[in-house]
Amino acid sequence: MNRFKPSWQAVLAFLLCLASVASGSIAAADAAGVYPYEGTRGLILALIAGAALVSMFRISAILEALVLFIGAHLAAWLLIRGIAGVEGTAKAPFYLLIAAAWLLAWRCVAVLSSIRTGSKQASMALRLIVPTIFGAWILIIWEAATRGAGIPFILLPPPSSIGVRIVNSLPILAADVNQTIFKAVLFGYLIGCGAGFLVAILADRVPFMRRGLLPIGNMVSALPIIGVAPIMVMWFGFDWQSKAAVVIIMTFFPMLVNTVTGLAASGHMERDLMRTYASDYWQTLFKLRLPAAAPFIFNALKINSTLALIGAIVAEFFGTPVVGMGFRISTEVGRMNIDMVWAEIAVAALAGSLFYGVVALIERAATFWHPSVRGG
Amino acid sequence: MDRLRDKIVPVTTLLAILVVAWYAFAVILNAPFQRDLDRRAGETPGTVEFIGKTLTQAKPTLPSPDQVATNFFENTFLRKITSNRSLIYHSWVTLSSTLLGFAFGTVLGIVIAVGIVHVTTLDRSLMPWIIASQTIPILAIAPMIIVVLAAVGITGLIPKALISTYLSFFPVAVGMVKGLRSPELMHLDLMHTYNASPSQTFWKLRMPASVPFLFTSMKVAVAASLVGAIVGELPTGAVAGIGAKLLAAAYYSQSIDMWSALVAGSVVAALLVVAVGIVGRFVERSMGGRPA
Repeated sequence: MNRFKPSWQAVLAFLLCLASVASGSIAAADAAGVYPYEGTRGLILALIAGAALVSMFRISAILEALVLFIGAHLAAWLLIRGIAGVEGTAKAPFYLLIAAAWLLAWRCVAVLSSIRTGSKQASMALRLIVPTIFGAWILIIWEAATRGAGIPFILLPPPSSIGVRIVNSLPILAADVNQTIFKAVLFGYLIGCGAGFLVAILADRVPFMRRGLLPIGNMVSALPIIGVAPIMVMWFGFDWQSKAAVVIIMTFFPMLVNTVTGLAASGHMERDLMRTYASDYWQTLFKLRLPAAAPFIFNALKINSTLALIGAIVAEFFGTPVVGMGFRISTEVGRMNIDMVWAEIAVAALAGSLFYGVVALIERAATFWHPSVRGG
Repeated sequence: MDRLRDKIVPVTTLLAILVVAWYAFAVILNAPFQRDLDRRAGETPGTVEFIGKTLTQAKPTLPSPDQVATNFFENTFLRKITSNRSLIYHSWVTLSSTLLGFAFGTVLGIVIAVGIVHVTTLDRSLMPWIIASQTIPILAIAPMIIVVLAAVGITGLIPKALISTYLSFFPVAVGMVKGLRSPELMHLDLMHTYNASPSQTFWKLRMPASVPFLFTSMKVAVAASLVGAIVGELPTGAVAGIGAKLLAAAYYSQSIDMWSALVAGSVVAALLVVAVGIVGRFVERSMGGRPA
């Protein structure tokens, strides 16, 4: 029986380790002539090579993934820790070792995603862990590249210093989020989606209007609506009202088009059934057609959650009071405080994902009967 | 005749209502400023004259449709194309980066989709991040990307095109994943019985099946990449392009210029979407597709 099952990632990681040993010291000597990594080099190599070796034995998938996970991340952590203070001195072996660690992480993800489990919790956890490792490696490679190559801070700060910046300027970030998201985005989103929904119901009652509105709505969703931002700033002033207006216009049409499409989604059979029950228009609307349209409506709500954030931030480029995410981004770029810009972007990304996630969760709860929810 | 009754009449009616409403709003919104002007000049014009004046202000709050149309016509057809004021010149600048970004984005989207369909690891690890990447208000990063790339020495078309790429790869990737997975199990089994290799299955079954999906998502993508190009021009210091034109007009509150730049952007968007649609129909027909 064969005890060995080689994987190309592990073999390649092993070869990269050998190459890094062959090509000299990991980083250049500092001014005092001291080479970094002298103490940890053996440990890093042993971690990567060991994890690669162990992973090729026939062991259970969980154990293999665990060994690979620990080996890859400990090695990456040691490498990044080692470069701290001597940024920009890394040589080829540094990148070779990072690449080897990354290959192990890849193998780990591959092993994890091939695991089939019966239990629901386990497969749910796997579905969270796999993308998390992937995301973590984007940050690790970013950190290693910026620190290793000594990329100037104003070009691309490493993620760790962005994190420090976020922690240090929480009050400013909170004020910006309050101004942009809680005032402009939420208000505009609610009004825009509400108006789109109501007009869609109206268009549904009047077929003439529906025939006219649908092509226009489809056409408008292709237009660069974001361009009305300067006009809205001119009309409604610098404060959040103008941003909310941009958000309203941007969210209105997707909502309108999707709701009108959704209202036509219920089948003839069901509608005939409602007819035989002698239900009037509103009963049919509330008991059959709106529930049937729910997936479409939620689709629009999800699209709009991103659009709203974009609209509010871009509108702030055209003039705002001295607070707000778009304002902070455009001024801090001018002042070369790039870490603050990235901090703001990270917060915006987090807010956007949360917004989207909340809408998606509500969707799961509200359209629990839909095949796409039941199946997953 | 059905087409006339079902589509053209309602659409034109609604458009006509919109134009009338636009005129009404123009009068209402411009009235306060005009009253102010008249009071200072000591004039008391009649109603008709007053309305006429509100529609012909030099920097109105809301320009009337004919002012925008005149400005658009002048700046499009009467100016030399090389002139800095020609909208065709600005549209061309925006269009070139839009198209470059769109091409990058489409290729990237297709490559990602092929990877996701064929490699389980990528499907599990990349797909959630692709969706998450679109919840990031990327346009907020636009100024960053441009400043950073300018510092590295990359200026001009590429930075703007990169923003377009980012915005346009997503619809293509998602649509292509759907399209590449659209062949039914029966068809895949048939390929299996033919002893087809994975690459044969890909080129002869999955790829043709995904073409309708590809063009539908490309329509969305081309509109998105135009938005990316316009926003990408905002922080570049307003040199050329529709976005730059918008920003310059906003600084000097030349509302008519602003509106005609918007119209130019809309025309470009409509042309792009229609062009993609025509290419799509042509490709589908030449591949032997029948209208559904």
